[in-house]
Amino acid sequence: MTETAVAPRTTTPARASDRSIAENRLGLRLVAPAVVLMVLVTAYPMIQALYLSLFKYRLTVPDDKSFTGLGNYVTVLSDSLFWKDMLNTVLIMIITVAIELVIGFAFAMVMHRIVFARGLMRTSILIPYGIITVVSAFAWQFTFSLNNGFVNSWFHWLPWIGPDTNWFGDHWHAMFAIMASEIWKTTPFMSLLLLAGLSQVSEDMLEAAKVDGATWTQRLVKVILPNMRAAIMVAVLFRALDAFRIFDNIFIMTKGAQNTESSSFLTYRQVIEQFQLGMGSALSVLLFLSVLLIAYILVKLFRVDLAQARQEA
Amino acid sequence: MKQRMGPGHWVGFLVILVWCLLPVVWIVMVSLKPVAETTTGSPQFFPKTWTIQNYKDIVKNDDFLHALVNSFGIALIATFLAVVFATLAAYAIARLEFRGKRVVLSIALAIAMFPVVSLVGPLFDMWRVLHLFNTWPGLIIPYMSFTLPLAIWTLSAFFREIPWEMEQAAQVDGATSWQAFRKVIVPLAAPGVFTAAILTFFFAWNEFVLAISLTSTTAARTVPAQMSFFVGSDQFNPPYSQLAAAAVVVTVPVVVIVLLFQRKIVAGLTSGAVKG
Repeated sequence: MTETAVAPRTTTPARASDRSIAENRLGLRLVAPAVVLMVLVTAYPMIQALYLSLFKYRLTVPDDKSFTGLGNYVTVLSDSLFWKDMLNTVLIMIITVAIELVIGFAFAMVMHRIVFARGLMRTSILIPYGIITVVSAFAWQFTFSLNNGFVNSWFHWLPWIGPDTNWFGDHWHAMFAIMASEIWKTTPFMSLLLLAGLSQVSEDMLEAAKVDGATWTQRLVKVILPNMRAAIMVAVLFRALDAFRIFDNIFIMTKGAQNTESSSFLTYRQVIEQFQLGMGSALSVLLFLSVLLIAYILVKLFRVDLAQARQEA
Repeated sequence: MKQRMGPGHWVGFLVILVWCLLPVVWIVMVSLKPVAETTTGSPQFFPKTWTIQNYKDIVKNDDFLHALVNSFGIALIATFLAVVFATLAAYAIARLEFRGKRVVLSIALAIAMFPVVSLVGPLFDMWRVLHLFNTWPGLIIPYMSFTLPLAIWTLSAFFREIPWEMEQAAQVDGATSWQAFRKVIVPLAAPGVFTAAILTFFFAWNEFVLAISLTSTTAARTVPAQMSFFVGSDQFNPPYSQLAAAAVVVTVPVVVIVLLFQRKIVAGLTSGAVKG
């Protein structure tokens, strides 16, 4: 960071008082520890990853480190496994966030109107949020387990579920189980963000729309949703980027079997299990670029200045 | 639109309760089944034979106890340090005019979205050289930097709401600046700081990717990592009910925190999310 240059604020270049210079200096001093820490642990390793990704470098044979330029990227991008995992990850992201948005919104509507037992409701909704993802993954693995799960015996009347349905036996069943655990755990967070947005919608405006004869659907589409755009955007953006990083559930529930591996899982396997630091770093960089791309697309889609929505109004 | 609650809301209320609590009740039920029952297959919801043997076994399991100590130690230290740094930064962001304020917020935002797994490789490499691999600081440092963004946002949103004029008012009334700070500002700021601490603790308590990548033994392995390696005596037949008991034990702190501080947590999670 080059924040050491303490100059007078640009808005008042002519006569910056001693006081504003002092304030500037104090402000920088107070944020410095946090900024240094955040940058040291993320920006520096990321630059390191960028550098390592240009080398053929395996920890088990460190002397064999050789420069390959973009060789690792070519290998990764021409490997079908990378694209399969990317497809899984994007599918999980789109499906879970879409379902969470719908269920989360329904939950928020209910919570908005509940006049009793608000404490009980808040407590229940926070338990999936606070529970360790690994624990939630185990709970859902047991739920869908062929020998120990209750899904088959409870839902065998559904045409596509039999007493012997093996939920971890093929790709789509396993993906379903993984997504169920992800949706269960993160819908409450989504619904709390949407509830906060919902409580900002003016009751007067809704009342006016009602008096004018607007139906429930019209009120929802024309009044409630447009007024919640910022809240919906923040919720979707944060959940989408979080879902894109999916790792814990897959690690616990399938270990990537039945082609359920995610991009994060692939990166982890390359680095930690196979010690392929060069190749793993290339994957890390690609993962990081994907996150940037998703964030960019979502922000463009919602046409909202993110910093504005989140902070300085 | 504050009309009466219709039957739809009652149904909705029940659906939310079942949604949130069923999997938790389920894992408690699995934890109360004897190991023999889950090994042979026990698809019914309630145990055939109720037992607390799994809990007795799990509290005698040294690996699990070490992991529990690691989890508490690492999460609490990371929370404390992150909240101290975030409080300083958030005070500056909420109260002072300085250049680079938006840069700080943008960095925080970028890091909140960062794919943690991207750092596993470089951190693994760096930590081996710096001898931080498989140590408490090796996890505390990254946990701090990943929780700082959330803590800074939450705190700056809280700090913006504090009526800072009251500090001067107290001084006019004859309080020293230290008294004004301690008696007026600290009580107003404490709930926000506390909320940020809870959210930070949840993150550190939950974290898994770094916990399995940057550790190799129970010297620093936290509970989520330890649980994922917990296979028991027969690796093809993991003792599900013991795992469930471990899962229940590590969920207890979460439930206690949620029960005590639900209102604060909700306020913290949604602060800043709806401004704009």
